[in-house]
Amino acid sequence: MTKSDLIELVANKLHLPKGKAELIINCIFDSMEESLKHGARVEIRGFGSFEIRNYKSYEGRNPRTGDPVAVQPKRLPFFKVGKELKERVNEAGKGSAKPSASVAQ
Amino acid sequence: MNTPNKTRTDDFRTMTKAEIVENVYERIGGFSKKEAAEVVELVFDTIKETLERGEKIKISGFGNFLVRQKNSRIGRNPQTGEEITISARRVLTFKPSQVLKNSLNP
Repeated sequence: MTKSDLIELVANKLHLPKGKAELIINCIFDSMEESLKHGARVEIRGFGSFEIRNYKSYEGRNPRTGDPVAVQPKRLPFFKVGKELKERVNEAGKGSAKPSASVAQ
Repeated sequence: MNTPNKTRTDDFRTMTKAEIVENVYERIGGFSKKEAAEVVELVFDTIKETLERGEKIKISGFGNFLVRQKNSRIGRNPQTGEEITISARRVLTFKPSQVLKNSLNP
């Protein structure tokens, strides 16, 4: 499901103009991005939390050539899935199709 | 992913759903705060239900939420060193988009 699909679904369910649903959904993700930009966590009950992790510079390698590359310090978002969703995702998968089913598409 | 020398941020402020609702209410308008809360709730519920079905969520400019199937494997209790079988499971992972990564590293 893409953001456009999500917008359409929400618009239909709540009888909102699509343009408005789009503004709202953009606002939700923009808000989270702004928070992370300021180094603040985002915590959505029942879903999970996002936080910023700071990585120091290190010497990496070009995987193709094996040449050493200096990797600059960086900030990356880290998502920790909430307990409820973690369990729901796992429970729903039990006894379902073959292992690769969810990865395949 | 290998994560060398990572440190947690020292900032303890946290944004919650209430603040997201507040932003939606103030920035977009045309509905009550209660309605803003309902929309935000519906968005997260929809995302959760979709992931529960094993379907991925792709939010351009933000990132992708993927459900991955893990096979069972032998693990170890780090306290006791005892071997245990970790059962096969489905896990949710988040892969941030390049756009988000760039915006966090100006």
